[in-house]
Amino acid sequence: MSKIAIDAASRGNTATSTMSKKRRSKNSATDNLTGFLFVSPWLICFLVFTAIPMVISLWLAFTDYDLLGSWSFVGLDNFKRMFFVDKRYMSSIVATLKYVVIAVPLRLAFALAVAMLLNNYRRGITLYRAAYYAPSVVGGSIAVAVMWRQIFGTQGAINALLAIVGIQGPSWFGNPATAIWTLIIMAAWQFGSPMLIFLAGLRQIPKELYEAAAIDGANGWHSFWRVTFPLLTPIIFFNLIMQTIHGLRAFTQAFIITEGRPLDSTLFYALYLYQRAFVTFHMGYASAMAWVLLLVIGLVTAINFKLSSLWVHYETSEV
Amino acid sequence: MSATISTSTGKTSVFRQPTNKQIKGWLQTLAYHLSVAGLGFMMLYPLFWMIASSLKPQAEIWTTVSSLIPSSIHFENYLNGWKGFGGNSFTVFYKNSFIFAGVGTLFTVVSSTIVAYAFGRVKFFGKEILFSLMLMTMMLPNQVLIIPQYIIFHKLGWINTFLPLLVPRLGGGAFFIFMIVQFIRGIPRDLDEAAMIDGAGRSRIFFSVILPQLTPALVTSAIFSFYWTWDDFMDPLIYLNKPQLYTVSLALRSFADESGGSDWGAIFAMLTLSLIPVFLIFVFFQRYLVEGISTTGLKG
Repeated sequence: MSKIAIDAASRGNTATSTMSKKRRSKNSATDNLTGFLFVSPWLICFLVFTAIPMVISLWLAFTDYDLLGSWSFVGLDNFKRMFFVDKRYMSSIVATLKYVVIAVPLRLAFALAVAMLLNNYRRGITLYRAAYYAPSVVGGSIAVAVMWRQIFGTQGAINALLAIVGIQGPSWFGNPATAIWTLIIMAAWQFGSPMLIFLAGLRQIPKELYEAAAIDGANGWHSFWRVTFPLLTPIIFFNLIMQTIHGLRAFTQAFIITEGRPLDSTLFYALYLYQRAFVTFHMGYASAMAWVLLLVIGLVTAINFKLSSLWVHYETSEV
Repeated sequence: MSATISTSTGKTSVFRQPTNKQIKGWLQTLAYHLSVAGLGFMMLYPLFWMIASSLKPQAEIWTTVSSLIPSSIHFENYLNGWKGFGGNSFTVFYKNSFIFAGVGTLFTVVSSTIVAYAFGRVKFFGKEILFSLMLMTMMLPNQVLIIPQYIIFHKLGWINTFLPLLVPRLGGGAFFIFMIVQFIRGIPRDLDEAAMIDGAGRSRIFFSVILPQLTPALVTSAIFSFYWTWDDFMDPLIYLNKPQLYTVSLALRSFADESGGSDWGAIFAMLTLSLIPVFLIFVFFQRYLVEGISTTGLKG
């Protein structure tokens, strides 16, 4: 590589601009070919595993296909059943919304609070950052989900710790009111990724702004709301969107830890969709559910963007 | 508390009495470290608890539950757990997981690099449209795709093989392509142009000019790809239904469910063990992970 580079560079000046222009226009036909050749692995897989499946999925949503027997076109029946008949579908929406509305702000609040706590250059800060990030590194694994089921068990460590301070721990998974909290606490516990993003954002804020605020007599609370928060709003917004989408699609935790129980109080949307598609093989119905999810995610993102103009502060617009 | 402070003063300033301001600073530092470390310990407690439980004697796991210190260390939990269930030991499950994560990562990174080169450097017809299509697939919920994909693979007779898990990765991953494209755009074009004047073709430029400079982007891609594939649960759950094909994730779930709480020491041992590959990645490549997350904002 370096040989070519040096050779070419030493002779580079002799090559006139007209020559390279000519070369480039001559190359565009071969460039088209090379371009498509290099892109083809992705393009083929995109067509076979994304584009065609999407068309099939949309078509399935209007059928009662079940992989096994005969099927027929049922029009809007799947959607009607979803919104007007299927009680479990409604439970899944309630559980998912409850999870997203509580867990996402909680997770972001923790992430921001800890990021601010770690935004300094004291000794040992890398170690602390690693410790706070560790639960998120392993958090997506099945091992941690299985462990979580045990730690919140009636005999588990949480209740044992509560007993030490004299609190009789609840039967976490037996009660519809508490079961979802085991999943919410788990989500809040894994605030590592948004924390790292906040930390990177906090390090960008110029120190002079805080010094100026301090001269103006602002205390910590004021300088948070007047300096830190406004300057972080683009990052908070980004995290909010990503975490909301992530939350709407949550599956593994509920699948392993609560299996949707008790009384469907933790039946997340993606879990119910999975059960419909791969346990009872109602693939038409599940495809209809998937398209509703796609639309909801699109809508939530759009609304978030719309609302963002009210509170997100982009520095460039003020300059 | 005051004892710690006086000893540290004794060391640092032997000749001068510390001023009030200095003492206040030390107290603040101490309070900071105590609270941050305390909170950090609470964060890590569940993981410590799992590790401690994996080493405790059988009778102790559910009796001295909250304790993190086993009365005696029982490494045989690991040997018992490794035997697995249903005639398959964890050797089988780890082999499957390494095939899945290893080959999957290889496919993903190689293809993503090739595709990213075209998007990053070559001018071709329809490039912008294809690139935005690719970005859009990143936002697409997997749920829309899994059912038709399952039907296709079912018709092909690929259920209970690794093909549905690996073949789609031959197209690279949208996220990785995007990341490598960004990286390629940062490489100065002078070298390409010099090589081109020298008569090198596009593939020659790719292999001898671009590829050698991509190492950091490729390392980051490989780490994330391996890490995500190792943790992937949904795809193996759908396509692998025979215990001898189970990945570690699938095996852990069955192991915990089916051994019915008979040997919790062994279960905790296998849970702990399964986190080691991810943990090693975290320890050795922390810089790449942290940079990847804080610069691109992807979830970790």
